[in-house]
Amino acid sequence: MNQIPAIIRVFAYLSLLTVGGGMAAFPEMKVLTVDVHKWVTFQQLIHLYSVGQMAPGPNMMMIVAIGQWAGGMLGAVAALIAFFGPTAVLAFVVARGWKKLEKWPWRTSIQQGLAPVSIGLLLAGCFTMAKGAISDVETAAIAVGVLLILMRYKINPALLVLGGAVIGVISFMPK
Amino acid sequence: MSETGAKRALERAADAATASGGKASASAEVSIGQIFLEFLIIGATSFGGVVPYLRGSLVTKRHWIDDKEFVEMLSISQSLPGLNATNMAILVGEKLHGAKGSIAALIGICLPGAVLMYIVGMFYRVHGDHVWVTAALKGVAAAAVGLILSTVMGLSKTSLAGKFDFVFMALTVIAVNQLHLGVPRTLVVVGILAILFHRPRKDEKKGATL
Repeated sequence: MNQIPAIIRVFAYLSLLTVGGGMAAFPEMKVLTVDVHKWVTFQQLIHLYSVGQMAPGPNMMMIVAIGQWAGGMLGAVAALIAFFGPTAVLAFVVARGWKKLEKWPWRTSIQQGLAPVSIGLLLAGCFTMAKGAISDVETAAIAVGVLLILMRYKINPALLVLGGAVIGVISFMPK
Repeated sequence: MSETGAKRALERAADAATASGGKASASAEVSIGQIFLEFLIIGATSFGGVVPYLRGSLVTKRHWIDDKEFVEMLSISQSLPGLNATNMAILVGEKLHGAKGSIAALIGICLPGAVLMYIVGMFYRVHGDHVWVTAALKGVAAAAVGLILSTVMGLSKTSLAGKFDFVFMALTVIAVNQLHLGVPRTLVVVGILAILFHRPRKDEKKGATL
């Protein structure tokens, strides 16, 4: 069955929800890619997202992997264009217009108002993911450990995610 | 001081040239190839978050934009849908070389990660159920949760002002996770409430520019 139109629809829609960061769209992404279209399982979605945090560049490139699973090479390209196209056009238009709006008093209001909402969306996405990713004392300890280390020290987060892999192999391998 | 002044004037001249639609004088302009290459390098090396790499490359190394512009573009990027990394690529590309600059920057910053995740996706599809992969990914996913939480903490410190912002943040989380309103409806409802709360007041006429 040809999944390309569905891939384009889903990822173009998701792209418009990524206010504040990719995680903001995660709850919707779970519903659409897992429950509705069944392209991936919830565990697979969590795994792909997490592995994606170790890749360089924009941190939602895991959508390429989902597109590839759902529709092959063409699916991957479709997901990529659908996910980055609409917001790119929007940013471009705003880049042209924003300077002219400098004197518009609501400009500051919009920025100030969207800040708490976008942070809330990130947090909501984080909780959605935690439901699948934090399943026992060990996983909770890893998450809290990473949080504390990042709050305390300037260290590259990708290294900590990689460290999670090492701890995972040590703690969760069946004996 | 005078040096930056001169640079600004030069940039303004370049902007004006681009805006007037003519082929701008090549001397002041950054070429499409240079833009693509620089963003490709950022896209291939920015492990653990793009923003510091963008700053290091565009502000410190290339002097394509100054620090003030960088912060302003970043705040625009954060208010818009889209990832910071790609929105910044569009904004900087547009400033340097119009629409073509935006496209070059966007493709450059996306390409390395996209190719990598394509390969990772195929690998995971075949080997994803091996015991050691499952064990490693369990740890990776838990670490990623910690990472997102730290991003949330960092952003809260820099961009939340006052108690009410925490209320709006909490409302957003409750609407998505407890009431299952969905992200779009939450964004519209709580977003409008928060924007109205931060509406322009008469007494602070010359609104503090962020």
